[in-house]
Amino acid sequence: MAYAAKLIDYFENPRCVGEIENADAVAQVSNPVCGDVMKLWLKVDADTIIDAKFKAQGCSAAIATSSYATEMIIGMNLKQARTITKEHIADGLGGLPGSKMHCSVLACDAIREALKGFA
Amino acid sequence: MQRIYLDSNATTPVHPEVVTAMLPVFTEDYGNPSSIHWFGQHAKALMDDARTQVARLINGETSEIVFVSGGTEADNLAIRGIAESQKSKGRHIITSTIEHHAVLHTCRDLEKQGYEITWLGVSADGLVDPEDVRRAIRPDTILISIMHANNEIGTIQPIEEIGKIAEVADVYFHSDGVQSTGKISVDVKKLKVDLFSMSAHKIHGPKGVGALFVKKGSVLKPQLTGGGHERNRRSGTENVAGIVGFGVAAKMAREGMGSEMDRVKELRDRLESGLKKNIDLIRINAENAPRLPNTSNIMVDYAEGEGLVISLDLKGIAVSTGSACSSGSLEPSHVLTAIGKTPDEAHGSLRFSLNSMNSVQDVDYVVEVLPRIVDRLRELSPYYKRA
Repeated sequence: MAYAAKLIDYFENPRCVGEIENADAVAQVSNPVCGDVMKLWLKVDADTIIDAKFKAQGCSAAIATSSYATEMIIGMNLKQARTITKEHIADGLGGLPGSKMHCSVLACDAIREALKGFA
Repeated sequence: MQRIYLDSNATTPVHPEVVTAMLPVFTEDYGNPSSIHWFGQHAKALMDDARTQVARLINGETSEIVFVSGGTEADNLAIRGIAESQKSKGRHIITSTIEHHAVLHTCRDLEKQGYEITWLGVSADGLVDPEDVRRAIRPDTILISIMHANNEIGTIQPIEEIGKIAEVADVYFHSDGVQSTGKISVDVKKLKVDLFSMSAHKIHGPKGVGALFVKKGSVLKPQLTGGGHERNRRSGTENVAGIVGFGVAAKMAREGMGSEMDRVKELRDRLESGLKKNIDLIRINAENAPRLPNTSNIMVDYAEGEGLVISLDLKGIAVSTGSACSSGSLEPSHVLTAIGKTPDEAHGSLRFSLNSMNSVQDVDYVVEVLPRIVDRLRELSPYYKRA
């Protein structure tokens, strides 16, 4: 698989791994086709995501995109976080092979699902 | 970085002796075997020696070996060749759900052309029941195609029993022997096959060359028309260098069949016992079925196969997986699905396939490295709870 060095780095050394106790939002999403799963925990203060952690089971691209997206949203306000697209995540990791684009969709879905309860 | 190759069911390194035999064919013995002058006849003699070696590897006759471009072409020639030559007799073909894509997709294509295919399922160990074959035969059945050994899990099918059934029913019997040839002893007379596919690059020969054993008297419609090469079975100037390489590889495989393959099996068993000891929640597919000596297919819970393959690759170890995430098609292995594994289980599969050039050190390195990789991926999993 032709992965960018940055993606491999996020796969080998994923950032923001873990769970948040007393999280303000938790979401778990999975890809019904390939079975990849991502769980996201958020700490929200007023309108800002002040902390985020994730766990994921899936291929290297799924783990790297989950980690990258989780890191990305820390410090963002909710509106900004909701506008993140699969392309933002893929581009940020140096691009994704076409067959792996659905992995970055998983992270987008997790963010949107977690923010559902917020205005 | 030290690199360890454990993906030999995909391909193998060409043996140095094979390369040595091939090189002069490019620059000195370059004649066209169809030419009547010295150059041509010399190339023909080299090719016929190779044909004899390939025939001996499977106990066939030299005249029954048709050289082709590889396993896929051999399967296509066998299946389409029989389907087209026998269509006035019937249009029913029997095969299994765990065949290689070269057979699977060829049969699916024939299905679209109006042939009827019976897809036989397999046991949890990946074995076809010969009784199922017998029951599936109808008056319009023209071909049975069941692989000898499976590329993913290594199970060896009861080809001899199926061969007897096919003989009694007077139905052509093809077996895809790409993975078994050179790894276990093959005797086409004992197996009672009419057609048997082989590939050179799985047994330390070059890519781009294979052979189809065609039992004398079989009526097969050629799939390539032209100058009538290979006894009118496959037109096109022969890949003489590749064929010479295949011949040497076949000879070496025959000579090493006992000792070399016993050693490979010991390595495989050492790998499996090491992994079972050091990693919890793993299972070996078809562990107790008749299996190729070089193949091990394991399933790891709470870790995904593509992630495992990439992690191992970063440590210099090359293996493969049946996970959907490695396929591009997002579908898990059809073989693992056919033996009753859930997509989640197939997702965590790893295939190790060894060859005689692997060492104890190679295997021990995997046993040392893989547990740490599995641990790391499981720590990331939202499903995994440390026992």
